[in-house]
Amino acid sequence: MIKRWLLRVIAPLDPTLTGLILALMLLGLVVLYSASGRDLMTLAGQSRSMVLALVCMCVMAHLPPHQLMRWAGPVYVLGLVLLVGVALGGEVSHGARRWLHLGPLRIQPSELMKLALPLALAAWFQHREQGLGLRDFAVGLMLFIVPVGLIARQPDLGTALLIASSGCYVLFLAGLSWRVLGIAIVGFGASLPLVWTFLHDYQRQRVLTLIDPSQDPLGAGYHIIQSTIAVGSGGVMGKGWLGGTQTHLDFLPERTTDFIFAVFGEEFGLFGELVLLVLLVSLILRGMDIASQASSIFNRLAAGAISLTLFTYTFVNMGMVAGILPVVGVPLPFVSYGGTSLITLMLGQGILMSIRHHRTLVKR
Amino acid sequence: MKYQANTALHLRLEGWRARLLLVLLLAGFVALVGRAVFLQGVHYDFLQHKGDERYSRVIESTAYRGVVRDRNGDPLALSLPAVSIWASRDDAELSPGALDRLASLLHMDRTDITHRLNQGAGNFVYLKRQVSPEVGREVAALKVPGLYTEKGFRRSYPKGEMMAHLLGFTDANDRGQEGAELAFQSTLGGVAGARRVIKDRAGAVIEDVESIREQRPGQDVRLSVDSRLQHLAWRELRATVARHHAKAGAVMVLDPNTGEVLAMANYPDYDPNARDHVTPAQLRNRSLADTYEPGSTLKPFTIAAALETHRVTPATVIQTGNGTMNIGPAVVHDSHPAGAITVAQVIQKSSNVGAARIALGMPAETMWNMFTDVGFGQQPKSGFSGEAGGRVRPYRTWRPIEQATMSYGNGISVSLAQLARAYTIFAGDGTLKPLSLVRVESPPAGRPVISAQTAAQVRDMLELVVKPEGTAPLAQVRGFRVAGKTGTAHKPEHGHYSNRYISSFVGFAPATRPRLLIAVMIDDPTVGGYYGGLVAAPLFSTLMGAALQVLGVTPDDPASENFATPVVPANAAEET
Repeated sequence: MIKRWLLRVIAPLDPTLTGLILALMLLGLVVLYSASGRDLMTLAGQSRSMVLALVCMCVMAHLPPHQLMRWAGPVYVLGLVLLVGVALGGEVSHGARRWLHLGPLRIQPSELMKLALPLALAAWFQHREQGLGLRDFAVGLMLFIVPVGLIARQPDLGTALLIASSGCYVLFLAGLSWRVLGIAIVGFGASLPLVWTFLHDYQRQRVLTLIDPSQDPLGAGYHIIQSTIAVGSGGVMGKGWLGGTQTHLDFLPERTTDFIFAVFGEEFGLFGELVLLVLLVSLILRGMDIASQASSIFNRLAAGAISLTLFTYTFVNMGMVAGILPVVGVPLPFVSYGGTSLITLMLGQGILMSIRHHRTLVKR
Repeated sequence: MKYQANTALHLRLEGWRARLLLVLLLAGFVALVGRAVFLQGVHYDFLQHKGDERYSRVIESTAYRGVVRDRNGDPLALSLPAVSIWASRDDAELSPGALDRLASLLHMDRTDITHRLNQGAGNFVYLKRQVSPEVGREVAALKVPGLYTEKGFRRSYPKGEMMAHLLGFTDANDRGQEGAELAFQSTLGGVAGARRVIKDRAGAVIEDVESIREQRPGQDVRLSVDSRLQHLAWRELRATVARHHAKAGAVMVLDPNTGEVLAMANYPDYDPNARDHVTPAQLRNRSLADTYEPGSTLKPFTIAAALETHRVTPATVIQTGNGTMNIGPAVVHDSHPAGAITVAQVIQKSSNVGAARIALGMPAETMWNMFTDVGFGQQPKSGFSGEAGGRVRPYRTWRPIEQATMSYGNGISVSLAQLARAYTIFAGDGTLKPLSLVRVESPPAGRPVISAQTAAQVRDMLELVVKPEGTAPLAQVRGFRVAGKTGTAHKPEHGHYSNRYISSFVGFAPATRPRLLIAVMIDDPTVGGYYGGLVAAPLFSTLMGAALQVLGVTPDDPASENFATPVVPANAAEET
């Protein structure tokens, strides 16, 4: 009985995705133990988040995609309202307005948007399935520019970037014409100087720092210099688990969260990084595979956007730690410490599994 | 709604779109892998080194500095535990209350502290060095973030001013700067230990990796000085300088048998424990560093040269006539016309004419050899820095008038230390003893300069100086026979001799078996006379009497047959 029930629970879970995710999480716990300075409390907290995230993934995997599509619009609108709420009366912490208090709840609406936006966009294109015109794309563009703008103003450049990229992926996958795409790229390039003037001073500093980190080695350049030193000093084989010096002696900031890759690089070396990359690339490719075999436009766009966003996460985080991208607050998926972003990620993976599971099912 | 296996829905991605995506993905990961290979493969050594640099530190531990002791083991300079307070400019957070507490603990102005914390380059700054361990503990108890204490030593000089020039002092890094502290730095200093440690970003030591250099404490140094005699010398010098309103002065006490410096006092002096407002004049060790024209104290060497070369005997009569002597356009003067006097009386009465006549009776080279043999014109090599060598011009350049004036100590310059050492040839058997500032265990052989007979002859003449007919009866010491010579030299100013004087006396006692040799130099006495017999001789007498008493020397003239009740002497006057 229980066995049958268990089988039913497990049924929609894609073995490839699940295996890869579990491997990544395990790796994450191993690094976290070292990065946190062998703090078991941190480890316990992260394990709890992981279990919760796995449950969320299971629940999502059981939800048929058409249900998701139905809810995508309302959830998106809710997210937008909350974002406006944040802009009007959110809690200010560390100079940014990102959190909203609703009674006992304290939520970060931008996190909700990470999933709501690609789903809503996918739903919109599914809705306009017959003959997508330029107007449809224009509406789609509006759908993502508004929340991205709100989030960027908080300011939370990392999240804005992730959400914007997920929106772009949907537009791209939906078949935005080559010409419009070209114009958009040129337009984006041309608007860069304008964007520069909108950036906060500290954001500009981060970009400048990337070009020459030694300019201000103890200030803005500190993160990048320390993390490249940590990664670089690991060498090919690394210094061994718990053997990192840069990271343990407190030279590396944010070493359990955004900069955990530096700890990983120092302790496991180039070899370890390649293993981690292979795991993540496999996960992304599996997601793309699911997308390509999806049974509806919504499914395909949602699955594609979710997988490609995972790529963005990975590339932006590793690029930042390795010193080829500016410092933006993007965690390393499945590995960085922190429950909220993990749950969001896993919800996305759950959606992928659901799409996979329901690809050929026909409701009679 | 129903799901159907609807092939129409099976919209494949256009080829170029799929390929573009793949290329994008691939490019991204290639970039990451490329960067990782660059950092970890190519740039590895550099970054590894950079990494080590960030946490691996060599820290030095200050070695305990040796104690400077006097010849009897009395500590003169010693290191006490002390604490230095330093701050990390980046991390220091001082609340107004903590700032007040700190200011009162360190005896610093609030503004001074904030200035130190906010101005200047670098993260590290000393707030105050070498405070007492109690203050250090109280500062640590304030628990101000970014404020740290560092253990070290503070040098203490229990004898204060009286030993100032002899001992010198150390700088904040515990290195000798002057005097014995500098001269014996290598012995006293020891070797600071060095350890390689791993530090975290806050600067706390996490792990002791290796000891690079074992710490070796410094060794004690035992000086030749006797602090009892030093105290007497210092006290008497101060009193004399004050009594005669002099500008400066110096006194040296030697053991004529070993060349050891038993006391060396200078005025002005300073307190080595509080050197905040010390002037260069106070810092000068005049005994060693200053040279002056010695005047008549040099006559015994002229006479010794003549005796040694058998040109005269003590009884040879010299005609000094009316006390003037013309050499070319120049004139040599005596203060009192003495007529025909013996060589011994030339010394006793300090006759310039007599000395000049004797000098002109021998070649310049003979005189020059004598001056050079007793060490004039060369540094005494006591081991102290800043020693002066004085000036003795090569004899080939001497004109007759110069040879004449040099015979009574004009036209030549020496330091008090050189002069004192030179007199050791008269106190003993004619050998010159090397000057030593450290205790000597066995008397050195010395360097023979004159015969024992000549030395004895000059010694007898020097005894005449303190007779009532001599220039310095005030140099007498009750119970002892004293030998010595006065000097009263005009100070040269702007190339001419002025009416300012350097008043001096060099002598030893007991004359039958000398135990102590004292040289006195008083610079510019302005009140109560200026002759050596009036200014320097009384100091010599008091100091010699007290010093012999302290050392328990047996009197060689217990009946004091030679002791005349000191009155203002009639014959103290001398031209040089």
